[in-house]
Amino acid sequence: MAELKTGARLQSAVCAGEVMVVTAPQGDVDITCGGAAMVAAGVAGGSGGEQVAIDAEQAVGIVIGKRYISQDESLEVLCVKAGEGSLAMGGNLLLLKETKQLPKTD
Amino acid sequence: MMLLEMVSGAFPDRTAFTDGSNGQSLTYAQLFESATLRAATVQASGAARLVKLDVSNLGTPLCLFAGACAGVPFVPLNYRLTNDEIEALIHRVTPAYLVTQASRVSVLGAMKDVNAVSTTDFVDDVLHTETFSGEWSMDPEDVAVLLFTSGTTGVPKAAVLRHKHLVSYILGSVEFACAQQDDAALVCVPPYHIAGIAAILSSVYSGRHVVQLPNFSAQAWISLAVEHKVTTAFVVPTMLTRIIEELEEQPSVDLSHLQTLSYGGGKMPLRVIEKAMQVLPHTNFSNAYGLTETSSTIAVLGPEDHRVAVASSDETVRRRLVSVGKPLPGVELEIRDNEGEVLGPGERGEIYVRGEQVSGEYEGRGSVIDKDGWFPTRDAGCLDAGGYLFLEGRADDVIVRGGENLSPGEIEDVLLAHPLVKDAAVVGVPDEQWGEGVAAAVVANKGAKIVVEELQAFVKKHLRSSRVPQVIAVWEELPYNETGKLLRRVVKAELQNFVD
Repeated sequence: MAELKTGARLQSAVCAGEVMVVTAPQGDVDITCGGAAMVAAGVAGGSGGEQVAIDAEQAVGIVIGKRYISQDESLEVLCVKAGEGSLAMGGNLLLLKETKQLPKTD
Repeated sequence: MMLLEMVSGAFPDRTAFTDGSNGQSLTYAQLFESATLRAATVQASGAARLVKLDVSNLGTPLCLFAGACAGVPFVPLNYRLTNDEIEALIHRVTPAYLVTQASRVSVLGAMKDVNAVSTTDFVDDVLHTETFSGEWSMDPEDVAVLLFTSGTTGVPKAAVLRHKHLVSYILGSVEFACAQQDDAALVCVPPYHIAGIAAILSSVYSGRHVVQLPNFSAQAWISLAVEHKVTTAFVVPTMLTRIIEELEEQPSVDLSHLQTLSYGGGKMPLRVIEKAMQVLPHTNFSNAYGLTETSSTIAVLGPEDHRVAVASSDETVRRRLVSVGKPLPGVELEIRDNEGEVLGPGERGEIYVRGEQVSGEYEGRGSVIDKDGWFPTRDAGCLDAGGYLFLEGRADDVIVRGGENLSPGEIEDVLLAHPLVKDAAVVGVPDEQWGEGVAAAVVANKGAKIVVEELQAFVKKHLRSSRVPQVIAVWEELPYNETGKLLRRVVKAELQNFVD
């Protein structure tokens, strides 16, 4: 997997899930959804002919509007389209990041 | 733009914006679709900026999102400026696609590199000829908004807000699609103010219906709040003062649906907020402090803080009602002295702020953020032992009397605590003996007669004698701009004349 840029959109190769990169670590990043490498959004066909199934161990799903972070907090993504696969970096599942409940000011 | 697409996908048929002046509205799907089409029109014009010079209306969110979609910065201008001032600002942002009042189209459209259309035509898409390619830039470094600061000194500066700043602010403080079907926000701050931009973005990301009030009056605000069963609103202190006065005269008005009322943009007098909490007992109040350069709010005094402060008999806790609360998560605050040393609780200095939403960048001048990421706000303030932030006016407003630094805010607070005083402003005036002397302008409560000597004695009882105003003028009212900022320069000039 290539280097990630903040703002980049990635789509899952195994479900409808799509994310936007909020923060990315330096260097190459191995980000997967449902066990399969994610691809740049908008790239037609995704994984091409070879159909990949969701890894049953990584199928909790992602929810639109939720942010997911790696354990070391070097990677953060925003889910912009829900999907059935779970996100992982280097094989470790990403964690859900809570939005702090703030008094609404605007 | 991404954020709007998400909401449009979640609530396509929900009403996004209603123009309170004419009832015209757009759903989220319509807003998204229209923004992409207008983006194509703007791109085709070759403009580098999308400028809007008009009151708050459906054109405001359309321009904001069309700009984001087209990769062209959105530049909302203050329509209250003089024609010369407006033309000077437009000159700085050409080539421009200008969306403005119909009456201005021919004059401003004749300027070099300006393509002007009326807001009505833009909203109704009379001009639509383009179709959008379907790709928008996702580069977080792109400039989203250029906002001219009110420019307290000299030429207004154009603050640069990039997508990364605004998105960081929104993601950090708003839960996606959290609004209920019937929630409605009433937005009455002008579109060229950061609070106006933040209100649009926050409401859109939460999927909330926004009702726009283009020209504020207390009566119009109350009418729209009742009509749309408004659940949340933001006002500046002077607006809240007038709304509360109006509500006291119309006790039958039911605003029990108003869950949250936020205020900011100027100093809130203690008496006004206490009264407001009595008149609107069901409402949660929040005080928000922020700057244009920090993508809006950086510190909040929340509803619970308000309640605790009002109910407390401890003076330290009670005083927090006039504080701006604590920094948002993701925002760090420090108070520093003139030498840059970090100060402890209770010590006055300049407020420094750090965080991802902080831009601190001006067009043509670059960033004023230091190497460690700190932005000097030029606001003076101090933190109390509990970490609550108190504002003391602009750092430039500090009065230097005989080598002693005096904070106008501290003296104003004492004047405002006097039972006959409705409003007060303290400034420095030239003084032969001390370099600068303390002067005050006060407004009396209705029917009250103020004796200057008594007021001076009152201040002396509470503060050191160096802080007692040597001059106090009693005025009918103090000069404020339309966003509730006290025009200190005007007060200063008038008081200088008064002293002379």
